[in-house]
Amino acid sequence: MACLALIVAVSSCKKDNDDSQDKSPAPLSIEFDNIAGDQNLAMDGTTEYTNGSGEKFTVTDLRYFISNIRVTGTDGTEYTVPQDSSYFLIKENEEETHEAVVNVPQGDYNKISFVLGVDSLRSTMDISKRTGVLDPGGTMDESMYWGWNSGYIFFKLEGLSAAAPEDPGGEHKFRYHIGGFGGYSTPSINNIKTIELDLTPGGIVKVRKGRESNIHLMIDITKVFDGANSFKIADYPTVMFSDFSVTVANNLSGMFRHDHTEN
Amino acid sequence: MRRRQWFFAVVIALSVFACSKAGVEMFAGFVQPVKFPEPVYHFNTNPVTQAGFELGKKLFYDTRLSRDNTVSCGFCHIQSAAFTHHGHNISHGIDDRLGKRNSQTLANLAWSNSFFWDGGVFDLDLQPIVPITNPVEMDESVSSVLEKIRQVPEYPSLFRNAFGSDEINTERMMKALSQFMVMLVSDHSKYDAVQSGEMTFAADEERGYALFQGNCAGCHKEPLFTDHSFRNNGIAIGANKDEGRYAVTLKEEDRYRFKVPSLRNLRYTAPYMHDGRFITLEGVLKHYTEGVQNTPNADPLLHRNGGSGIALTEAEQEDIIAFLGTLNDSTFVNDKRFAEQP
Repeated sequence: MACLALIVAVSSCKKDNDDSQDKSPAPLSIEFDNIAGDQNLAMDGTTEYTNGSGEKFTVTDLRYFISNIRVTGTDGTEYTVPQDSSYFLIKENEEETHEAVVNVPQGDYNKISFVLGVDSLRSTMDISKRTGVLDPGGTMDESMYWGWNSGYIFFKLEGLSAAAPEDPGGEHKFRYHIGGFGGYSTPSINNIKTIELDLTPGGIVKVRKGRESNIHLMIDITKVFDGANSFKIADYPTVMFSDFSVTVANNLSGMFRHDHTEN
Repeated sequence: MRRRQWFFAVVIALSVFACSKAGVEMFAGFVQPVKFPEPVYHFNTNPVTQAGFELGKKLFYDTRLSRDNTVSCGFCHIQSAAFTHHGHNISHGIDDRLGKRNSQTLANLAWSNSFFWDGGVFDLDLQPIVPITNPVEMDESVSSVLEKIRQVPEYPSLFRNAFGSDEINTERMMKALSQFMVMLVSDHSKYDAVQSGEMTFAADEERGYALFQGNCAGCHKEPLFTDHSFRNNGIAIGANKDEGRYAVTLKEEDRYRFKVPSLRNLRYTAPYMHDGRFITLEGVLKHYTEGVQNTPNADPLLHRNGGSGIALTEAEQEDIIAFLGTLNDSTFVNDKRFAEQP
């Protein structure tokens, strides 16, 4: 028994010595670059974009939650960022929110996955666990939280389009507020989406101390209308907590693609 | 002799101590009524303290929780009305804007596993966010409320006393409000006194109790007088087409279902139903005997033996109303601990 322990101890020492690579954590940034088809997204009130149904629209608000970031190494090992450090609210109108910076062990990674939205576990946690971007009275400013049906709005896109009927405020506005973590006591719609991206074609990421490797993603908001389930603004100008939100949510995964990596 | 002197000295000392405490009752914290089930509120993450309760009470009655500092929680939840908005079928909030539902009592919230008529909120700590942000209630944001109360000189020390430091944040504000709300326990009605053997029912109350147990207790379960479920009690679909719990779950079987309300303190909480359509208990009983509709998801307990509603003679209805009268708790609505003005 002692002999065996000795062998284990020796072999584990040996492994450490052999493994020249330092696995201590280093920063990795993920950039969320919002675009609309072939154009960079601008919320300037004038730039118009066109969806697959030929409807022209401008964007007035875009924000979404990213959480539960996980990377997979070229050797197949997975690393999940500690959950408390893994919630980000990307807001188009706030440049500084476009990068999610996490710490992962140094190494080479060829896959990344994350949740678009807030996982169901966190959605039901004690209020003491709802800090930072999850704080209903904090920087999120309640605009991404449904008070009446306790839960976060995962993805919000609003804009103007002649295709949308005139609303009571006299505007031709469309509003997509997509959430739904599956229900608390009664099962309900679950619009949590896990996005998995292969980094190999656009370049694997090499995380090292002293530099901030960057995974540059592009998020094409025209895919909201034109994914697996195309729909028209004219038919669905407002989608919030409803059965149709499942259809919209199924399009959302298609917005994300890896453009390139900066090491 | 010496021993006897000591005895008197102690007695005098105790009575002086008691006198000095007169008018300032000791804070007992949350007291579990003997006949009630275990509460469901998570006291483990938010134990009730005197400082937390007092802070919660101050916040509850603070109009700064509304956009223009005109409406407090106590505006629609009045103690003398058992913490409802007595006399209003649907409540009005800021700028006299009207809501779509009747404000609910805050009594015995520690036993409630969901909040609002549709149960959309599952944690009492998350409940205040709804009226604060609702455009027809307080029309404010939580972050703005926090900013306002940080500027009020007495708040930082109240937060320090309750939570150990001056920091004012969402969690602390909500937990203080919860500490005040879970203390709103109503268990001093005549019914409670009868259950503990201190009083007896009058003849009509006794008959009413038996009728209640046979016809009403299936939903209004003793001793809280609700089973906390969601049901369609057969009232006609409202003018505003309120679909109740369906909006929360999107389940077909939840359409037109609403939370079963407690029957405690009905004397103070009229009008009745989610939209306050009945102004008297006689009207409510008449609904159950003659007015039950067969709308989608109508509760099977009200549709038995091929008929609709509950068969009760007028005398029986009167007896039930007499029994319901024993559920009024005047101690609760007059309890100085909960009052805006001490």
